[in-house]
Amino acid sequence: MEILNSSEYNYLKNHLNRLPNELEQHIIGAEWSEHCSYKSSKIHIKTLPTSSNIIVKGPGYDAGVIDVGNGHVITVHIESHNHPSAVEPHGGAATGVGGVLRDILSMGTRPIAVLNALRFGEIHNEKNASNLKNQWLLKNVVQGIADYGNCVGIPTVGGEVEFDKSFDNYCLVDVASIGYGKLNHLIKNKIKKNDLIILAGNFTGKDGIHGASFASSDLEEDNRSAIQIPDPFLEKILIEATIEAIEKKCIKSMKDLGGGGLACCLSETASNLEKGFEIELSNIPLKHGDITNSEIMISESQERMLYITSNKRLKKLFKIFDKHNIKYAVIGKVNNNKNISIKKNGILLAKMPAKLIANAPLLNRPSRKPLYFEEIEKSFKEPVAPEDLQNLVMHMISAPNICSKRWIYQQYDHEVGIRTVSKPGFSDASILKLEEGKYIAFTLDGNSKHCYLDPYEGTLGVLAESVSNIICEGGEPIGIVDHLQFGNPENEQIFWTFLECIKAIKYFCEFMKIPIVGGKVSLYNETKYGPIKPSPVIGTLGLIKNTKINRIEPPRSNESIFIIGMTFDEVGGSEYYEYFHKVVGGKVPKVNLASHSKICKSVRRMLNSTWISAIHDCSKGGFIISMLEVSIKNDLGFLIDVNKIPTTCKRIDNTLFSESHSRFIIITKHSSKVEENLIKENITFAKIGVVTENKKCILKENNKIICDLNLSQIDKKYNESISSILKTKQD
Amino acid sequence: MVKVGITVFPGSNCDRDVYHIFKTKLKTNVSYIKEEKDLKHFDAIIIPGGFTYGDRLRAGVIAAHSSLMDNVKNIADDGIPVLGICNGFQILVESGLLPGALIPNNSLKFVCKWTNIKVTNTKTPFTNQFTQDQIISIPIAHGEGRYMLDNISYSNIKNNNQVTLKYNNENPNGSIDNIAAVCNSKGNIMGMMPHPERASDNELIPKGFSKNAIGIFESLISYINS
Repeated sequence: MEILNSSEYNYLKNHLNRLPNELEQHIIGAEWSEHCSYKSSKIHIKTLPTSSNIIVKGPGYDAGVIDVGNGHVITVHIESHNHPSAVEPHGGAATGVGGVLRDILSMGTRPIAVLNALRFGEIHNEKNASNLKNQWLLKNVVQGIADYGNCVGIPTVGGEVEFDKSFDNYCLVDVASIGYGKLNHLIKNKIKKNDLIILAGNFTGKDGIHGASFASSDLEEDNRSAIQIPDPFLEKILIEATIEAIEKKCIKSMKDLGGGGLACCLSETASNLEKGFEIELSNIPLKHGDITNSEIMISESQERMLYITSNKRLKKLFKIFDKHNIKYAVIGKVNNNKNISIKKNGILLAKMPAKLIANAPLLNRPSRKPLYFEEIEKSFKEPVAPEDLQNLVMHMISAPNICSKRWIYQQYDHEVGIRTVSKPGFSDASILKLEEGKYIAFTLDGNSKHCYLDPYEGTLGVLAESVSNIICEGGEPIGIVDHLQFGNPENEQIFWTFLECIKAIKYFCEFMKIPIVGGKVSLYNETKYGPIKPSPVIGTLGLIKNTKINRIEPPRSNESIFIIGMTFDEVGGSEYYEYFHKVVGGKVPKVNLASHSKICKSVRRMLNSTWISAIHDCSKGGFIISMLEVSIKNDLGFLIDVNKIPTTCKRIDNTLFSESHSRFIIITKHSSKVEENLIKENITFAKIGVVTENKKCILKENNKIICDLNLSQIDKKYNESISSILKTKQD
Repeated sequence: MVKVGITVFPGSNCDRDVYHIFKTKLKTNVSYIKEEKDLKHFDAIIIPGGFTYGDRLRAGVIAAHSSLMDNVKNIADDGIPVLGICNGFQILVESGLLPGALIPNNSLKFVCKWTNIKVTNTKTPFTNQFTQDQIISIPIAHGEGRYMLDNISYSNIKNNNQVTLKYNNENPNGSIDNIAAVCNSKGNIMGMMPHPERASDNELIPKGFSKNAIGIFESLISYINS
């Protein structure tokens, strides 16, 4: 196998003014992989807005840093481990968690929470040949995340899961983490000539060789040496040792070792800090002897950190490592010549400018509107409404994309750290307590079905949904992380969907004035069966300073139920079409940003006035599913007149299952205040029903009952669906 | 003033949480125990949860054989109260300070959830602020929390009133007789699977659950003060 393609080889040769040797090519090969270099995406993601007055560090670092006042910062980052997880789900998912935690640590902050966004193929369809493989991937990914996060002692507080045929035999495993720390403990990253470079933690071995390049092409399942091996216990003591070293000011610069191993870590650090590094390979602690120089440089052995410190602070740092039983070695020295020089026993093996390694030649890939849009449009026929609406509702509540994810989140320790205010499954966003009276809300969202049918509107929808989730918890959105996952970018049609997604993020963030604080691009998500659907995952952070909201009494019977926002005839890509009718096509929901922003502001004001006793935004599954979720979570029944819902739909099934954005269900005992306020602000809304005592969920249409279900029945279906599909015990 | 010590082994991960609750909610003099040999100046020892030594071999077994635990045993012999929470409970059974064993949950999966438990013995340093059969809300989070022991030992601890807490209405892990906590025959050492430190800040207690589990720590402080 050629290490570099011919154009990259020639580019390198021209810049070096000589032929690169094999080691140099391997170093370049790792760093110039799509995974590390962002060569296909960089020129496009650079156009996104990234600043606000509280952003300390935006994208381009290991994690984004946001000032939350009182001398404290939060850090946030999102990563994926898709390729490894598709081959070895337990180890792949676990090392994904480990990697993102070290990114948070690298900034100088302690990780306080993990969230995950997972995507799998269908698990409920026994006729699908991949059904069991998909279930196997789900079970082992979840266990991998649980085993790692639980052991490290960082709570997994939330996330989202989506099932779709386009992920058959594959999976997307996105892990996000939040850190919290002091502004003055942030790593300064100022280094000088003769400072020392230390590698600590795990030994370097043959695991994860070519991991970055493996993740930068279509999936080859037999490439097992590219998979990394997790050790959460080592990560835990590495975190504790590093935090002690941060507090004692022993670290001038640090970076975790992730994709591309030492090659990427060294070149990116040297390039960012505009210094040169001289590395002595024989000083690197190795797991085994039979490892080549190239393998040492690109190994992705986990739980390793690179530290740079002065001679003066070295002893103090080593004392901390010794105390925590962390292995370490001085592997090199800082100089001013801006080169990465690799030596072994004093003999020079490779020498290249750090800037050259860290900055791959960027590509401006061609794009073309995919042909599949037209094919779908041509073959699309609006499905016929089923007669029995009650049965339909019962069927939909158990759909894997809709039902409770309790089977998953109960395996995660979501309480350790004693910050978890909102529990998984019970709120629209995760809420973590930072200090008395100050909380951070975080949510991850995605919708590959909408993004497939319309990448632009689909992405806008995911962004709107994510912000709505923060609004529901009383938060003010302060930053977004984006994780853009697509198939092979060399395919012009796939690249077009990527560009549409970027366009939507740019428009949304500029309009809503919320900056992008970090992100990741993962391309080549393809198996031999084809590419995944476009799957941008959006994480939105919100700051909550109002504690009154948490103290509101839960809703009681006779309180009024309102819907805010218009239900449009937009059923394309909905769970109703795809899960019940098995139809792919139709118009996907569109976002009107002006009205979204107006509705969000109004809802926030009403929440702050403590008028609202329960709130939920309408998303997957449409109005009826969101209403049932409110009902299940608050243990209450309802009586709703469907005719009152403001809608453009002509069919009742579409009204109930359309996934139009910018809609909220609220329950209030301050009915007239809410009405007055919404009329004054010229917002579409309706009072559609009341909370009832009898724990029955009743829908009326033209004064006729069209759906009459016991809450206990719905609760059981909703909560036990995944465990019954997987045929496992709930607890 | 009451002085509470919290053991920290490599891999302990609830040490900071317990510390925080004692320091800020209970305003107690509290410190970490990492290397100290002489523990005599402590009024109580907490062995917090986590994955000590990565739970290698078996949960709690390596910490149970550490020199730090030898020191804990010494002061436990003198009657100083020792409370093991979750992994701390596992360490106590592995070190022989408490009877029985904790094996993998019957679901074979880690389980984290809020539960209600019943206080079945109110005459210990850890439960004296509760009434008999009082229900308290408290979360669990463990993979190996199924409490087991042989028939003879079981009737012994039952007759001796050593079962202190029981899961109420549900059994999340398959423990014999719904046992969530036991103490030694003297009553000064207790191990419990649920996490009282996670139920001691009212803002973290979900709707529908009671706010009384901090009574475990309050019992301890009250016992020491009397």
